Amino acid sequence: MSMTRTVLAMLAIAISTSALAQSVAITGATLAIGDGSEPIRNGTVVITAGKVVAAGAGVAVPAGTKTIDAGGKWVTPGIVSGFSRVGLAEVPGVKETNDTRAARSPFSAAIDVAPAINPLANPIAISRTAGVTRAVVVPAAGNGIFAGQGAVIDLGADMTPITKARAFQYVEMGEEGKDDAGGSRAATVLTFRMMLREAQAFAKAPASYDGRSRDALLNRVDAEALVPVVTGAMPLMVHVESARDILTVLSLRQDFPALKLILAGATEGWMVAPQIVAAKVPVITAGLEDLPSSFEKLAATQSNVGRMVKAGVSVSMGLLTGDDALQLRAATQQAGNMVALTKVPGATGLSWGQALRTITSAPAEAMGLGDRFGSLKAGKAGDVVIWDGDPLEMTSAPVSVWIDGVQQPLENRQTKLRDRYASPSEGAMPKAYEW
Amino acid sequence: MNMSGKMLLIAALLAGTAGPVAAKKEKEVPPAAQGSSAEPDNPYPSTYKPYPGRPTVIRNATIFDGEGGRIDGGVVFLNEGRIVAIGGPDTPIPADIAVFDGTGKYVTPGVIDIHSHLGVYASPGVDALSDGNEMTSPVTPHVWAEHSIWPQDPGFGRALANGGVTTLQILPGSGNLFGGRSVTVKNVPARTQQGMKFPGAPYGLKMACGENPKRVYGAKGREPSTRMGNMAVDRQTWIKAREYQKKRAAGKDQTRDLGMETLADVLEGKILVHNHCYRADEMANVIDMSKEFGYKITAFHHAVESYKIADLLRENGICSAMWGDWYGFKMEAYDGIKENVPLVQQAGACAIVHSDDQDGIQRLNQEAAKALGAGRRMGINISDEVAWTWLAINPAKAMGIADQTGSLKVGKMADVVLWNGNPFSTYTRPEKVWIDGALMYDSGNPKLRPVSDFELGQIGAGDVK
Repeated sequence: MSMTRTVLAMLAIAISTSALAQSVAITGATLAIGDGSEPIRNGTVVITAGKVVAAGAGVAVPAGTKTIDAGGKWVTPGIVSGFSRVGLAEVPGVKETNDTRAARSPFSAAIDVAPAINPLANPIAISRTAGVTRAVVVPAAGNGIFAGQGAVIDLGADMTPITKARAFQYVEMGEEGKDDAGGSRAATVLTFRMMLREAQAFAKAPASYDGRSRDALLNRVDAEALVPVVTGAMPLMVHVESARDILTVLSLRQDFPALKLILAGATEGWMVAPQIVAAKVPVITAGLEDLPSSFEKLAATQSNVGRMVKAGVSVSMGLLTGDDALQLRAATQQAGNMVALTKVPGATGLSWGQALRTITSAPAEAMGLGDRFGSLKAGKAGDVVIWDGDPLEMTSAPVSVWIDGVQQPLENRQTKLRDRYASPSEGAMPKAYEW
Repeated sequence: MNMSGKMLLIAALLAGTAGPVAAKKEKEVPPAAQGSSAEPDNPYPSTYKPYPGRPTVIRNATIFDGEGGRIDGGVVFLNEGRIVAIGGPDTPIPADIAVFDGTGKYVTPGVIDIHSHLGVYASPGVDALSDGNEMTSPVTPHVWAEHSIWPQDPGFGRALANGGVTTLQILPGSGNLFGGRSVTVKNVPARTQQGMKFPGAPYGLKMACGENPKRVYGAKGREPSTRMGNMAVDRQTWIKAREYQKKRAAGKDQTRDLGMETLADVLEGKILVHNHCYRADEMANVIDMSKEFGYKITAFHHAVESYKIADLLRENGICSAMWGDWYGFKMEAYDGIKENVPLVQQAGACAIVHSDDQDGIQRLNQEAAKALGAGRRMGINISDEVAWTWLAINPAKAMGIADQTGSLKVGKMADVVLWNGNPFSTYTRPEKVWIDGALMYDSGNPKLRPVSDFELGQIGAGDVK
């Protein structure tokens, strides 16, 4: 990055995003809206004041708008990771940099990841360079089954990453949950019920809720944090994988009818897809899981997503199998492979448009934010990517990225390392002077 | 394969002049070892026999031959487990045999994964099946990965059906400096690991530098707890190994030591060193150590910083086995970049794409595509057919089996994948996979989908995966 661009990047961080949002029209695009529809040729997208004004074929460009001719290149909404821990760890294996979990904290449900998210974390810049513009950020459970409140963020090069703080509560109720609850699934379910009852008790009479007595499962702040979960004001993301555990979770609504559930994982979701549809619960899954990597995933198949979508489930994809702080760019690979399955006899895959939806509008809708971003429809955030090829191919990459209508830098320390070592041999001076 | 045959094979490989296949050698009864012990030289021999195939022709396909060659509208003819003809549209083929139309499809040699833990870290990933790291001492060259392999790991079948993997090297983990012997297997379902073992393939020695050994043993309050401790323990061990090897070579009597036997075989060039090493500076230290004790490093694995010393690696004839885009999960992976593989290739060093992962092994073609695209964007114009060498002849060379598999050359094992499109596309999957000429996977035939004992009778058994 030249000195001027470095200064500009710093300015971008200093100035509020709306001030930098440009009016831009992208024409001549192979355009995918992100709502499940198939791409169209010669499409146009118009962004003004940080929002999409119009996108489609035959869209008029307002006079005086800066116009970029995409020349047939692919244009999509920014990619949305349905499940990640980006911004919570710079190097996950280096504990000093890892804020995903608080195993020694007295708190659980009250934990709010938003203030821990570092918008300057390198994985955010690396993901942005790969066309990822928003992410669901999930806390990891450290003290009991409830992990705390997750956030939805944008990956813009600025100091204001939060799209929505306290967007959902997260709870472990499968194999990991049983461990967190003391050792059995029966204990998990009982713990869940009792904790939610304590939250109800807190809601009824906050002043008289003790939270310090020996019988209390929740301290005051954790009880308070679960109140919106019980009332349905805050979605509850539940991590379960097996068909059995999915049905158990869905049945929790018998006692707590207002629960606004989101299933995370659901590797065996295809086996109980009709029940998930009937419960109107969205699913965020890993997509490519096809091994019985644990006993709760015996029926794993890559056709899980396709089968659930076919049954009518709203399915998103995210990083449920590791590297959740780093590899948000795997989303396009997950989606591309769903398309591949349409050519495999006996498998159930997704059309290209449906596949893109699982990594754009579907996760936005699962978070209850489908009206704000995730597709190129009028009024949505101006999160737009121009790609140098089909975005679901691994050989492709973005050439331009906008978030909230602000064009983003596409450099990061990986591109710097690449450029420094384009030739490995040292010149007249050591490599340290090449920057 | 007897000892002299094995040595000849190694010599041929080191010289880069691997000749035609000596197919029958492995059938010879292993003789007793020379020197101090009476036990057999090859005590756990392969019992693998190719499964029945039938004469097969694929016509009109795009062929990547695995050595960098490409044939459009090509023909491949497989018979009696071998590739008997390969060429353009005019390649003569006999009448009355099965012909597959490859129009719009691609043919490659079977994918070779040089770094896998299938079977030793099997699915399901429970403690009872965690057999990859003997982390009770930093120096365990006496353990053999093959004695941990559970052939019923469902991961083998997935690697076949979704990844087109026909050969893989299974290594011990990287918790130890000397992790133990690796083994190369054919990706065929079998009741025993012997039934999978690649006949005549040389063994490997897994070594590890960097964070893992120092973390594991530092946490136990013992050596090594630093990188200098890693190197010191390595060097002390090589000193002992040299003594053992000298005595053995001189025919002097000494008590058999399994670990020392493996290291002596390394010093004699019979066992290939596969060294887990991330950082450029550490690779350079390890290269010097190999010269200090007179052994050869065949490949650095997980070599995320190879791009920084690609010239050094080329000069020393060392391969780099790399991921497509892994980075940053631990400190020594912090400088991982997508261009690593193409930068190594461009420098004229040996580049390999590996998985180290039960999921990644199912998509090595896509991992290679990530690297290929990143390289092209920075102006490194590598063709698809050259990029396929990362999954074919390059790992085959580094595993000492390039005379037998790893490319579509007449006389080689008929390890072949017919892909339903360009294999660098995410939209492409294996349609058919042959191992030694036997059709082991056919996407159109649900019965040609391996179901391991573990999955049999379980929910999801036989499902498309």
